[in-house]
Amino acid sequence: MSDTPTETEDAPDAPDAPEAAVEEEVAAVESDPAREAVLAQLTSAFGEAVLASHIAKGDLWVRVANDKWADIVGFCKETLGFRFFSFLAGLDWLNNTNLSGEKLWDADAEATEPLPMVAGYAGGDTRFQVMCRLHNVETNIGITLKVDLADEAPSVPTITEVFAGADWHERETWEMYGFLFDGHAGLRHLYLPGAFEGFPLRKDFPLLAREIKPWPGLVDKEPMPGEDADEDEEVPAE
Amino acid sequence: MTVVDQVSDWQKSAYIAGQAADARVNVELEAEGMTLNIGPQHPATHGTLRIVVRLDGEQVLWADPVPGYMHRGYEKLCEVRKYPQVTTLVNRIDWLGSFANEVPFILAAEQLMGIEAPPRAQYIRTVLFEMARLANITLFLGDMGVQLGAITPVFYAFRDREHVLNLIESATGGRFHPNFDRVGGLKDDLPKGWIAEAKEVMKRVRDFCDQMDTLLVGNDIFQTRTRGIGVVPSAVALDYGLSGANLRASGVDWDARRDDTTIAMAWKHADWKVWTHPDGDSFSRYWVRLQETRESTKIIDQLLDDLPAGPIMTKVPRIIKVPEGEAYVQTENPLGVMGYYVVSKGDLGPFRVKIRSASFNNISIAPWVLRGVYVPDVITILASLYFILGDIDR
Repeated sequence: MSDTPTETEDAPDAPDAPEAAVEEEVAAVESDPAREAVLAQLTSAFGEAVLASHIAKGDLWVRVANDKWADIVGFCKETLGFRFFSFLAGLDWLNNTNLSGEKLWDADAEATEPLPMVAGYAGGDTRFQVMCRLHNVETNIGITLKVDLADEAPSVPTITEVFAGADWHERETWEMYGFLFDGHAGLRHLYLPGAFEGFPLRKDFPLLAREIKPWPGLVDKEPMPGEDADEDEEVPAE
Repeated sequence: MTVVDQVSDWQKSAYIAGQAADARVNVELEAEGMTLNIGPQHPATHGTLRIVVRLDGEQVLWADPVPGYMHRGYEKLCEVRKYPQVTTLVNRIDWLGSFANEVPFILAAEQLMGIEAPPRAQYIRTVLFEMARLANITLFLGDMGVQLGAITPVFYAFRDREHVLNLIESATGGRFHPNFDRVGGLKDDLPKGWIAEAKEVMKRVRDFCDQMDTLLVGNDIFQTRTRGIGVVPSAVALDYGLSGANLRASGVDWDARRDDTTIAMAWKHADWKVWTHPDGDSFSRYWVRLQETRESTKIIDQLLDDLPAGPIMTKVPRIIKVPEGEAYVQTENPLGVMGYYVVSKGDLGPFRVKIRSASFNNISIAPWVLRGVYVPDVITILASLYFILGDIDR
């Protein structure tokens, strides 16, 4: 995790910039000086704890080390001015064939092999991630911070000390994903009844409605009159 | 011979149990405070929010909101829907301003696909967005009076909201759930005669705002009950992620409509003002929303004047597949900042949708802001924070 800062190799348009040398390449691809300045400040303050980053379409993603999570969020708030706490949420990168691909839309489709697990922007080594979105109301820049969580007993330090508003978000993420937030004063259920078993937003949690009944939205399998002719040029190549 | 000796064993044990229960009650009564349940069915909660408050006399020791009575699991359901189908779900998040819920999701999908709606669609989207705001906020402006014992304003609010809903219905076909936004544009153009009708309604809404000014804002009781009550300083508001009028009433001059210039909407083409208030109390939250309603009518008037001609749909494939990527788009919805974090794996439907709804953050401040206030002010403060249950529970 934190000891492998340069291993992530994303798509060509998703460059990592853990070191200052790589940042110059980023500038050549897409110029976004405001966000690069933010990233440079983060990297100079935390060095290796900033694992990977991604700047695209006027937005900034940064993946940081698990043990430095609360410190980096605090640094973003106090020093970088990201004072508006937008949200905190979990991510599960597991590919569940029942909940993705053709099988989801068509019960008769061939069940495909589960795709390899690929994390999103700024990469990731593990199945579970927590992301936190902060906003700077003065410069109007948003930042998405991500952190990897271990597969077994996933946990991450709490940020309720930094943002009091993270309390409910962490409670929600805890009950929906089963992530532990170390140091959170009271991880109680927020939405679900107390006796609920399982973690609903994990990708391996079955959606019962889809298990017992195929997708009802798939009704117009036959082409409408006159649609045959132009179908070939409209439908993108698959 | 005591009374207890004459009775059967069963009665004896019942008597002892009763004595013990009484003792317990006495202990409870002597203890500091009393627990009071507000809700889940309470008119002030706009739905089914339960709030457990611990009281010491008339004062709140602590308050603990209990949401979840209406949790529908939209984030999970979005994962098994195709992109055009998601709007049907998210319509039902903030049901008073439904159209505004669709827009950020569609914008996020468009951003991932690298397309943009044509100018006319952007203008109409913005007009309908602001109409959703009017339909939502007018109800708040009247409802706040009800929480303080003034019944009249809410009837005015329902009367004038009806005209706005009629407009939304005649343009989209749905009063509460338009489901009108499409990836790449809109379902239909505006009907004939709609613009002239809309301008009449905007006049009515402005008249309604003036009425609220004289009925409520200038009222002595209203001011006494709201000024200096439920004060949220700007730093705390930012910490909890309060947004919308709640944030601006705490003196933070940030409105995503004005400041987020990258999103493809038409607010930047209109001339309007962002109102803030330095006090951060219940009164300022009401006042800011009242001013915003007026600004909204101005935006609609100007955009309808400058409505560009052209198509309302850009060219999109018949089967919408969104390329791999992640996008977060937020807009300034009636209740505050609403955003969708959409993760796409290049499939027909999204891989993950995180819905950042405004009321969730807005009401999570309740334990902080309700501490130490008096019971009647609990209702005022909750009403002035203004939440919709669907927006908390999603």
